[in-house]
Amino acid sequence: MYTPANGQRSLRYVDALREATIQEMERDKSVFLFGLDVDDHKGIQGSTIGLQDRFGPERVFGTPLSEDAMTGVAIGAAMAGMRPIHVHIRMDFVLLCMNQLVNMAAKAHYMYGGQVRVPIVIRCMIGKSWGQGAQHSQALHSMFMHVPGLKVVMPSNAHDAKGCLIAAIRDDNPVLFIEHRLLYSTECYVPEEPYTVEMGRARICASGTDITLVGISNMVMECLRARDLLSEVGISAEVIDPISLAPLDIDAILNSVNRTGGLLVVDCAWTNCGASAEILARISESPKLHGPVQMERMGFAFSPCPPSPPLEQAFYPDPSKIAAKVHSMVRPLDREWSPDPEKTILSHELQFRGPF
Amino acid sequence: MSEQLDLRFLYRKLRQIRRVEEEIARIYPSDKIKSPVHLSIGQESVSVGVCSALRDDDVVAATYRGHAAYIAKGGSLSRMFAELYGKVTGCGTGKGGSMHLVGMDKYILGSSAVVGTTIPISIGYALALKREGSGRVVASFFGDGATEEGVFYESLNFAALHRLPILFVCENNAYAIHSPLKKRWASTQLCERVRTYGIPAISIADSDVLEIRQWASEAIAGLRRSETGPAFLECHTYRWREHVGPNEDYQSGYRSIAELQNWKEKDQVEAIGVRLLPSERAEIDAEIDAEIAAAVDFAESSPFPGPEEVLTHVYAS
Ligand SMILES: Cc1ncc(C[n+]2csc(CCOP(=O)(O)OP(=O)(O)O)c2C)c(N)n1
Ligand SMILES: [Mg+2]
Repeated sequence: MYTPANGQRSLRYVDALREATIQEMERDKSVFLFGLDVDDHKGIQGSTIGLQDRFGPERVFGTPLSEDAMTGVAIGAAMAGMRPIHVHIRMDFVLLCMNQLVNMAAKAHYMYGGQVRVPIVIRCMIGKSWGQGAQHSQALHSMFMHVPGLKVVMPSNAHDAKGCLIAAIRDDNPVLFIEHRLLYSTECYVPEEPYTVEMGRARICASGTDITLVGISNMVMECLRARDLLSEVGISAEVIDPISLAPLDIDAILNSVNRTGGLLVVDCAWTNCGASAEILARISESPKLHGPVQMERMGFAFSPCPPSPPLEQAFYPDPSKIAAKVHSMVRPLDREWSPDPEKTILSHELQFRGPF
Repeated sequence: MSEQLDLRFLYRKLRQIRRVEEEIARIYPSDKIKSPVHLSIGQESVSVGVCSALRDDDVVAATYRGHAAYIAKGGSLSRMFAELYGKVTGCGTGKGGSMHLVGMDKYILGSSAVVGTTIPISIGYALALKREGSGRVVASFFGDGATEEGVFYESLNFAALHRLPILFVCENNAYAIHSPLKKRWASTQLCERVRTYGIPAISIADSDVLEIRQWASEAIAGLRRSETGPAFLECHTYRWREHVGPNEDYQSGYRSIAELQNWKEKDQVEAIGVRLLPSERAEIDAEIDAEIAAAVDFAESSPFPGPEEVLTHVYAS
């Protein structure tokens, strides 16, 4: 997927985010970027680095530690015709913004009878690994999927990160733009010119015939890796990236499931009341679903995220666990199987070193 | 404007709000208004004093007790009544209700039912106005209870830090629902608290509309002229009716009728009214009553939204 062909440019996820921001800020003067520490020397792991020098402190600025009020500021500025991008280095901190996001941003267009629009982008990052623990690792997308009026996108690669961010900035609605820390260093083909990746259109990342795997955010990568592992035992998995969860392209998943006869949704979050629950529910209740289909889901263990390595390993889904689960679904009568541990280590996880 | 014209203008606004609220209370038992109403009766002078110091292209933000600010800033009465009636011609097309009046054509930002929520939104709007650089300002209204929310202090700090053109207006009616200030505030020195952010703050004791306008005008002139940043007005005032609903509630025991009497003596509708000729006053009263009757007619005769409307405006397209 988006492997650069000869002469094509490859870019990291983090640089794709930065490039999208620069291109949109150059195109549209109403776009501005703010958030805690967007203007420091680390620049949100590099995704905002140098932007203040480039665009000035009126258009790129750090804020006091006031997530709640700053979300209101974004909404008010948006109502006045601007297009703010509000950045949070961890999604966990967006919990302090819930009132503004759920009570105002999501509802303003509706309850004011269409008189106002709230084109804001909330960029936030899911953390993982190196002992980040319970409050720097949460993936709370399902909370936002629950609320009408919000859009939720979770690009899994650099190409989509750029295209989705541009689409989110141009969208007239509040968009939760959810990034994953472990994807920041991953690279793929990213065109230089601005382009949009449409929300509400899923992508088949790799085709297959035996089962449909739906991965969310970094779980797309894990599913692709699981697919490789499964191919060694002759199981062919199709991997779908929904890209955006609200709106959700359920038809693409349904069509795939109707071809493969099986569905495993792998989320980088808890399963209960989660995105995976929603996807399974919508597939199950669809009148267009052919015949009985085996459906399962995987996600975080139902606990806060522990920092200790063995506990953390037990907490997260990984390619090995995904592959073993798929094997048991596709070949329920076979002996249990799990892939060779040597082969299950993810290259992008190897690249990432803590502490943040 | 001559002094007499000015008084006529203020009286008209004060009286208009008073009469709209009374009319809502009159209609309420019919159950045609299916929306919780937080009436501004008794508090009119705060909105009128401040809004009469604003330009048409300035912006106001208010709360669920926002009828007064909406009317004072020139919001359409017909669209307001229609909204209360849940009609498609309402300012929110029947999707807002009494607590969410809006009028962007008059720069009335939509009001919110969640206490304190519009405070940071109004500073965001002020940020955009500052970038625009045309001297427009925002007046942001909220209650005494809202100053207990953390977001209030976050907002003061940010507005002062960025020197935003915003006038904060605290309508201190001494109660949050039924809870008096003394049960909620460790110290009544609200203005002192605000001043520690470097924001000039004034407290006005008697809800005198001319005094409120005077201070608001000075503050707003400062906001327009210079880049010194926000200003703060604490206006003591009194809610005559119950917290929500059309009635009085002095029998319930949380406040005394003597308190009401004290404030009724300062009633600004009357205070300005007596300074007009009786004939002038009668003429204005009649005009207002006709206007309200027309607005109520408009609401009554307007259609409800069709059921398919439930799904429109969920997303902007
Ligand atoms: C965040 C929040 N908490 C609680 C409530 C319930 N509530 C509605 S009005 C109110 C009192 C607010 O008092 P104040 O700010 O003084 O405004 P007033 O009603 O006196 O105009 C409360 C607690 C609410 N609407 N929002
Ligand atoms: Mg109060």
